[in-house]
Amino acid sequence: MLEISEEIEELLRSVSDPEIPVLSIMDMGIVRKVDFVDGTYKVDITPTYSGCPAMDTIGDDIVSAFNNNNLHAKINLVLAPAWTTDWITERGRKALEDYGIAAPRSAEVDKAALLGEANTIKCTNCGSVNTKMVSRFGSTACKALFQCNDCHEPFDYFKCLK
Amino acid sequence: MLQEKLYEYLLHLGDNSMILGQRLGELCGHGPELETDIALTNISLDLFGQVRNYFQAAAQIKGGDATEDTIAMLRYEHEYKNVYLVEQPNDDFAHVIVRQFFFDVYHQLLLNELIKSKNETLVAIAKKSIKEVDYHVDFSSTWVKRLGDGTEVSHEKMQTAVNTLWRYSMELFNATEVEQWAAESGVGPDLDALKPFYISRVEEVLHEATLTLPEETVFQYGAKTGRHSENMGYILVDFQYMQRAYPNMKW
Ligand SMILES: [Zn+2]
Repeated sequence: MLEISEEIEELLRSVSDPEIPVLSIMDMGIVRKVDFVDGTYKVDITPTYSGCPAMDTIGDDIVSAFNNNNLHAKINLVLAPAWTTDWITERGRKALEDYGIAAPRSAEVDKAALLGEANTIKCTNCGSVNTKMVSRFGSTACKALFQCNDCHEPFDYFKCLK
Repeated sequence: MLQEKLYEYLLHLGDNSMILGQRLGELCGHGPELETDIALTNISLDLFGQVRNYFQAAAQIKGGDATEDTIAMLRYEHEYKNVYLVEQPNDDFAHVIVRQFFFDVYHQLLLNELIKSKNETLVAIAKKSIKEVDYHVDFSSTWVKRLGDGTEVSHEKMQTAVNTLWRYSMELFNATEVEQWAAESGVGPDLDALKPFYISRVEEVLHEATLTLPEETVFQYGAKTGRHSENMGYILVDFQYMQRAYPNMKW
């Protein structure tokens, strides 16, 4: 758990993933540590995927958010421990679902769904679990593309990463 | 001295992923179907992300003006340490998939060893990368099976790609001086010891795909030490164009 004041938490909460604007970086679990040293907040963030193109933007957005409150922040990118979808908070999962992206399931359910062995991923449009995977890679590296067999709408599924 | 060796080793690790990432990037907008196009470019993005991690670590060792970009963009052809396999062209989708599959199986074995490295940075990068590469292996293996055990035409095309590309596979396990140093000092794996696992995994998938390895193969070695194939020049012309035409440009 992060040891930060309410003010700083609120500030960090205002920054979101540019590719999933409804999801705050706090709910994504990518803010790992915040230290206050010599008048500067040192913020450790970790990438979801190595090649995630949003990381630079997120870092810039955090710095601006601090600057807008007359505070200074420095970003430090850390790789270990590696990010896992388990760090997405309950609130984050809800935000994803509301946005139309099915939230990640457990590793076992995920594997069965991606291998097409079980229909367990719920359609974000109609709620049916009668869905199929269209592609293991979706609009971004972290998502797979699914389609609902009942309402026929396509939707993204946030892949489990352990 | 040790740091110099580690620098070289990081280039070995990064260059394979970078050149394969570049080859896959060429397919952006040209994949045989939309979903495959997206998958291949996503894999490319994963590989480039991993390369950034290796080269950021390398730039720190090098010091001075070195950055991940100068290491990636401003070397000469003979200074790149990637294997022949990853510089092979995108002849057709069968070649793209078989090249990917041959590399992915190696990549997964390599990273599973690197997470036990004595070097903490490598452990962190490997632990991050392995999660991504597991997906790559799934993706390429699935396509190998689907096309190998597909129609008569897809089977034939896949077998041709296997016959063409297999000769480049063993270079992955032919340790250079630097890779030997890495193995001896516990920084990287003993590549030779991984070979039997590699062959049996490849054979397992090929068997299910009704494909076979060619009986007699003259394996090709040399790219790792800088003797690249003709392909490499064309790749670098494309890859380095902006930095060569407009030195020090930034965007
Ligand atoms: Zn539906």
